[in-house]
Amino acid sequence: MNLAVRDVRHNFGRFAFTTVGIGLLLMIVMGMGGIYRGLIYEATLLVDRVGADLWVVQGNTRGPFAEVSRLPANLEDRVRAVPGVAGARRFVSHTIQREHQGRPLRMVVQGLSWPEDNGDWVPLEAGRPLGQAHYEMIADRSLGLPLGEKVKLGKDTYQVVGLTRGMVGSSGDGLAFFTVSDSMAIQFDVPGEAVRLERASRRARAESQDIGRVQPLLLERAVGPSSGLPALAPPQVSAVLVTLRDGEDAGRVAATLSTWPDVTVYSTQQQKDLLLSGMVDKAKRQLGLFRVLLIIISTIIIALIIYTLTIDKIRDIALLKLIGARNRVIVGLIFQQALLMGAFGYGLAWWLGQFAFPHFPRLVVIETPDLIQLAFIVLGISMLASLLGIWKALNVEANTVLAT
Amino acid sequence: MNPATESPAGVEATGLTKVYGHGHTEVVAVKDVTLSVARGEIVALLGPSGAGKSTLLTAMALINPPTSGQIRIGGKLVMDGARALVDLRAFRRQHLGFVFQKANLIPFLNARENVQVALEVNDVPARAARMRAMELLEYLGVGHRASNLPDALSGGEQQRVAVARALANQPSLILADEPTAALDSQRGRQVMELFARVAHEQNAAVVVVTHDARALDIFDRIVEMEDGRLKNRTEPPSH
Repeated sequence: MNLAVRDVRHNFGRFAFTTVGIGLLLMIVMGMGGIYRGLIYEATLLVDRVGADLWVVQGNTRGPFAEVSRLPANLEDRVRAVPGVAGARRFVSHTIQREHQGRPLRMVVQGLSWPEDNGDWVPLEAGRPLGQAHYEMIADRSLGLPLGEKVKLGKDTYQVVGLTRGMVGSSGDGLAFFTVSDSMAIQFDVPGEAVRLERASRRARAESQDIGRVQPLLLERAVGPSSGLPALAPPQVSAVLVTLRDGEDAGRVAATLSTWPDVTVYSTQQQKDLLLSGMVDKAKRQLGLFRVLLIIISTIIIALIIYTLTIDKIRDIALLKLIGARNRVIVGLIFQQALLMGAFGYGLAWWLGQFAFPHFPRLVVIETPDLIQLAFIVLGISMLASLLGIWKALNVEANTVLAT
Repeated sequence: MNPATESPAGVEATGLTKVYGHGHTEVVAVKDVTLSVARGEIVALLGPSGAGKSTLLTAMALINPPTSGQIRIGGKLVMDGARALVDLRAFRRQHLGFVFQKANLIPFLNARENVQVALEVNDVPARAARMRAMELLEYLGVGHRASNLPDALSGGEQQRVAVARALANQPSLILADEPTAALDSQRGRQVMELFARVAHEQNAAVVVVTHDARALDIFDRIVEMEDGRLKNRTEPPSH
């Protein structure tokens, strides 16, 4: 006869309410772990999917995912000339927040090196990859933009031609894929008045110098477009992605590129490690702290409820001692209740999570090893939580049953 | 016939003294009491409140160790002063049965399970324990209430279940502390008759602390206590 189950059945209401509370707490603990896994998944998703062998970034920086990285767009031509390199693509990535239909629209603008890359590697749920050099975009579903939607960014309007899912940046913002030139136009877009002021400023600077005074043509060029000025650098990109020839040694190519003093080269794994050791590591520690606190709170709640249940049946425990029940019967009664509470709470957490996690703003990835780890944690806290009740029960004298 | 004359002692208390507190707060609850109850004998322990009846009973029940004196159960010395000479919990499990003023049934177990638990803690297999519990409940006339929780039982039914639990392991000594106090006179007498039946049919020593003078004719012997001492020994009026 299982005394724990019978007592639980008798006090079902209290047990059930407590278990629901524990279940919700454990669901959050489970969710915290899932959010951490989701962070890693989201952070490394683009690096994994973009399919580069090497990342060439601004010298002495850790690349566009860690800090600002600026490279001249024509660096890709230099890279293509390195032996062993099969291809090089410009990579532009930056986060913007604009307004669309009266609501803020935050997205990671991702440049695709058109025409070599039209985004056909992006897993599409609807629509198609980019079909022209300008004014088209592929949007992640999380941006809430339907297929065919037109979005004005800067001076131009872009149409959503493809929809993908689960493509988000390390900050959780949805990705939007454009051609590199469009993404740079979005990034460097400035109002007309700012352009006019900049041109006037250039002219004023030229006039104040001898060269401006003796070269009137230069003054005329100064008020023209920036692209017409050889002295000004072309628009910059975040990185250049390198694809190696089959069988090529990545280390050898990286060593060659590393001799260039204006760039730094990372392998894909190094780029992922930089991502994970930077922002994700802090988030991991933050989430870990929350998990520990919630586990402690769960332990205290289980312990208090088990203690209260034990106090409620202290006379019954005294009676069991009176009729000669061994300590293991009494310990088993309390421990099994704590275990039942933990087990049902855990099961409930898992079940509720199936419905709740998809609605979390961040991606929640629940992996089996994490579930097993949490199951052992719940087992541990159940054991720990039962100690207080067991201590109380073992200290009850059999003659307590005689007390009125 | 008084079986006491023919059976070995179920319980023997020799020179039993129990002192609570010390110094100014010292209270001598039982003073140098010597009492022997044979197997098959039912003895009533009478006396006013504070006479030491319950203290003597709980000392013999091995849940309240005496300050001095000895307790033998079934001829075996189990307590020498406050020192236990056996594993008391195991000894209680195997040899003793208890009934109190309140039935003290476990509220989350039904009537059958309340009896069954006493058997299972004594290592009786679950199936055999269930059958034995049902037999006892039938014997005591509450078999039809076997699946009811204590809350659903009347006071008399609860007390009969408590008696069944006390009898479950066929103890050699049954100790009852005012078992009929919560019952009407008819139910109280039925319970007392039940104890007598158990004592005589199952050859158990039964000691009952009672205030109920209406059922004294049922007992083989009446022992009175006053101020912690045995006052006298008498035969019941009807014997």
